[in-house]
Amino acid sequence: MIDKTYLSVAEAVADIPDGATVMVGGFGASGSPIELLHALIDQGATGLTVINNNTGNGDVGLAALIGNGQVSKMICSFPRSSQSRVFPKMYQAGKVELELVPQGTLAERIRSGGAGIPAFYTPTTVGTILAEDKESRDFDGRTFVMERWLKADFALIKCEVADSLGNLTYNKTARNFSPLMCMAASTTIAQAKRLVARGEIDPEHVVTPGIFVDRVVEVSQPVHEDTLIAAGRSYP
Amino acid sequence: MSNGWTREQMAARAAQDIPDGSYVNLGIGIPELVAKFVPAGREFIYHTENGMLGMGPPPTDEERDLDLMNAGKKYVTEVPGAAYFHHADSFSMIRGGHIDVCVLGTMQVAENGDLANWSTGEPGAIPAVGGAMDLVQGVERIYVITQHTTKTGEPKLVERCSYPLTGTGVVSRIYTDLAVVDVTADGFRVFELAPEITFEEVEQKTGAPILPAER
Repeated sequence: MIDKTYLSVAEAVADIPDGATVMVGGFGASGSPIELLHALIDQGATGLTVINNNTGNGDVGLAALIGNGQVSKMICSFPRSSQSRVFPKMYQAGKVELELVPQGTLAERIRSGGAGIPAFYTPTTVGTILAEDKESRDFDGRTFVMERWLKADFALIKCEVADSLGNLTYNKTARNFSPLMCMAASTTIAQAKRLVARGEIDPEHVVTPGIFVDRVVEVSQPVHEDTLIAAGRSYP
Repeated sequence: MSNGWTREQMAARAAQDIPDGSYVNLGIGIPELVAKFVPAGREFIYHTENGMLGMGPPPTDEERDLDLMNAGKKYVTEVPGAAYFHHADSFSMIRGGHIDVCVLGTMQVAENGDLANWSTGEPGAIPAVGGAMDLVQGVERIYVITQHTTKTGEPKLVERCSYPLTGTGVVSRIYTDLAVVDVTADGFRVFELAPEITFEEVEQKTGAPILPAER
């Protein structure tokens, strides 16, 4: 019987190798899988390419992973946030590379990666410096820019409820990029506030079908980035 | 010289031009104030690009849910009838032309409707674009709310943007502290002056030719 349950976050991230590409769910603090990120810091993989909308805040979660020197490249839409201190320092010191992608293009590139579409055309960035060096083509009298799919070796996701088959639900705007990242990664690891037996999630309420999820681990009382920052916490 | 419209009055003036029943995306800053000035008898549904329709005002301490934020990463609430969705659906609403009006702040707007609101292009600055380039391409009506000039008195309405562009030819109408200005085939044209503001003052503070209101 299929059971994707892992007993600890440490076990769930144990095989992420140096140099892996890792998608991390979340939009700012909302939906950020802090426990999985901290487990990855403990695990120590380096030279990672990380895909997330932002670059983390304070000295916890994604910012702490970057601050720990484990990330060589960030692919994101908005690396500057009010509480983002680690990334700017590392970027300006030349220790981490940045690929800036408009938010909607980032989402669609990830969706395409999961959907088997190697490239697509979008009007976003036409006429701007972000379209320089990109192939463009006219359709129906309007110019569009070609963008490539994005895939990853691993995705780290935070969800609300998971069942043992990897069916997931989310809470409010904590959903954001996570369902797309689940599709686009070879191995998707989801931390769930509640882990339930198969059949306990109404099939009509499943947001991410289990086919896109490989590992689920229960984190029943997840910490929140904003709470940690307000408390002046850092990791490790 | 009078001071013209306040930030709240600029937002209230912009709200007057949004039709009843519109799906609206509000940018960070003065545009957020538009939600406070919905004209009587109209309903707008607010979209936030991080995956929600039906965004409500900021929560009380008791109401706050740490998972419920807007695109500016501020805590918000949901109104009855709200919906959540993932980022690809959210930007399909934007790029696919389903959002009726987007109100944005800006650093510069050009007379041909070019918008520059994401980067000063300074060497060493960390570029951050977010969803601005998707919004300006996908939403039919792009309204800009901005002070007419910078803090140092430089015009923000210009012939050509000197900052890196967000999009070309995308802006429909601009609400400043001095006037409502349309972007037309003939360039900038005043649609309405703020009380006590003269056309000459607007003209003097605009970095491009500007036409008086049609009467």
